[in-house]
Amino acid sequence: MADIAFAEAHAAPVIRADTVEKRYRVGDVEVKALKGVSFAIAAGSFVSFVGPSGSGKTTLLNLLGCLDRPDGGRLTVFDTDIAGLNRRAAARFRGANIGFIFQDFNLMPVLTVFENVEYPLIMVQNWPSRRRRERVMDMLAAVGMAEQAGKRPDQISGGQKQRVAVARALAPETRLVLADEPTANLDHDTAYKVIDLMRRLKTELGVTFVFSTHDPKIVAAAEIVFRLEDGRLSREGGPHA
Amino acid sequence: MLSLIVIAWRNLMRFGRRTLLTAGLIAIGVLAVLLFVALSGSFKNLMIGQFTDSVMGDLEIHHKGYVASLDNLPLNLNLTPAQWQRARAVLAADKTVAAYAPVVKFGGLFSNFTESTNVRVNGIDPAREAAVLPLLPGRVAPADAAGLLKPGQILVPQLLANGMKVKVGDTVVVVTTNRDGSVNGRTFTVRGIVSDLSGPGGRDAYIDIDDARHILRLATPEVSEVLVRLKSLETLHATVAALRSALDGGPGKPAFEVHGWDDLSPFAHIARLIDLLTLFVKVILVSIALISIMNVMIMAVYERIREIGTIAAIGTPPGRILGLFLIEGLLLGVIGAAVGIALSLGAVAVLHVHKVSFAFGMGNGTVILSPSLRVSDIVTVGVVVIVVAVLASLQPAWKAARMDPISALRHI
Repeated sequence: MADIAFAEAHAAPVIRADTVEKRYRVGDVEVKALKGVSFAIAAGSFVSFVGPSGSGKTTLLNLLGCLDRPDGGRLTVFDTDIAGLNRRAAARFRGANIGFIFQDFNLMPVLTVFENVEYPLIMVQNWPSRRRRERVMDMLAAVGMAEQAGKRPDQISGGQKQRVAVARALAPETRLVLADEPTANLDHDTAYKVIDLMRRLKTELGVTFVFSTHDPKIVAAAEIVFRLEDGRLSREGGPHA
Repeated sequence: MLSLIVIAWRNLMRFGRRTLLTAGLIAIGVLAVLLFVALSGSFKNLMIGQFTDSVMGDLEIHHKGYVASLDNLPLNLNLTPAQWQRARAVLAADKTVAAYAPVVKFGGLFSNFTESTNVRVNGIDPAREAAVLPLLPGRVAPADAAGLLKPGQILVPQLLANGMKVKVGDTVVVVTTNRDGSVNGRTFTVRGIVSDLSGPGGRDAYIDIDDARHILRLATPEVSEVLVRLKSLETLHATVAALRSALDGGPGKPAFEVHGWDDLSPFAHIARLIDLLTLFVKVILVSIALISIMNVMIMAVYERIREIGTIAAIGTPPGRILGLFLIEGLLLGVIGAAVGIALSLGAVAVLHVHKVSFAFGMGNGTVILSPSLRVSDIVTVGVVVIVVAVLASLQPAWKAARMDPISALRHI
């Protein structure tokens, strides 16, 4: 609850979790993935969730990304109670507010770098062509991939793919970016560069970044660190650690 | 929309060989159907033309009850002069009618003075008959520019001529029983031999209509039937309905019978069989398109589960995901249909150069088919294939649109 108080004291919270629970059923056994998690994240934060495999990081990010719904407690993202969103409304909410960066980049193999970044602007935002082109080129320039705009994903390196994924996440003018293990498939040098890039864009664009990782060196780049262990959350680093 | 089409096209071309094979299969199906439609349609039209243009006209008008007794050629069911005049007036006023001809029909005994046999005699107005049955003069040997026949002459069916060794210029006699029961006969000069339409078996002889009335001792100009030729066979059923309506005498009054060729000729059953076969071939095409496109689209969904999870996660509305996969199916259908139609037009053009011919009947020799494709056939087949392609994509597309993003993103 101290983190909620911190966020409320400094900025309007983008995310507010109050005793959030999530349970899964594996066969006849019920597994509690999140056990009463509470926290708040202020706008413009650079936040990391760390923890071992199975600790609930991905489950929590799925909840934050409105891909799933909590079984208990209350979770609001941009003041919207995500438990109240149906499938269609959740998709609309994600498209309007949240960008995703995936561990495996998840770029469309048949599209060029430019088209991958443009993809959410066509499929989700339905922006006019001219506005799309300008935004995509701005984003590609911001991540240093403007020169590679015409290449296909199989023609660029892993680090470059993740840069493109960052550009894709930010292209629809999203206010929150969720990244699940964004550096897991990158070597250390490349991983740091990607994290540095994310941090720089956070500052330049005022976007809130929330990412999960199990790499201690990557964790060091985060302003606020939450540790998840066996479904329970604790504050580990940051201004008020 | 254009961007969606581009994305759908790229998705199809990521497995280019599979896409081309599927589109090729659809194209071959379209080609097979359109070629069958062109050839069977040509055969059907040619055969219908043979019957309507040389035997029976496009439609016939009789006195009510005549057709039911057609085999007896009943003299007591002829159209009266007043009825014939009324029919003439109605036919003259109908703009779909090109020509009409009165016929007096009766059964008789045909003799060459050494042997005799039964014959069906058609008393015709030669000029009107030739206008209604333009292929009939071509069946008469020898040809005569002066017309089909003159009073006192007879056209003898080939079967009788061969069997009874009757030649052009011979004198023969026709004997018949009149309506009052008396017997009358008359000699005729053989003007020509009429070849039969579909091999031996025909027993129709032709004489002048005034000779027929004379032999039958008809005091007034009665008519057994009126043969009608239409400007276009396409209007057959509409014209039949219009004539029935115009000739309707009201409840309880003697009325006319109007029948299209398809009510009277056994070939109508063959024509319907051809239509049924065409439908069957179309059903096979639909099945080919349905199964092949559904197969491709189901595979596309299973191969791209993670991708679907990604686009769902970034907020793509389910309807847009559905649309993307439907467009992929649509493109497959459009490509297959377009290529198939292009191949069909080319094949039909080749068949026009290298004619398809076969022997039909005895007297007509070789029949040459002129396959052609109507725009309506092309549009129908194209639209059916495209609609089927979209329908075949519907289930896989629905599955993709309903996919849970978390499960899809976890998929390996």
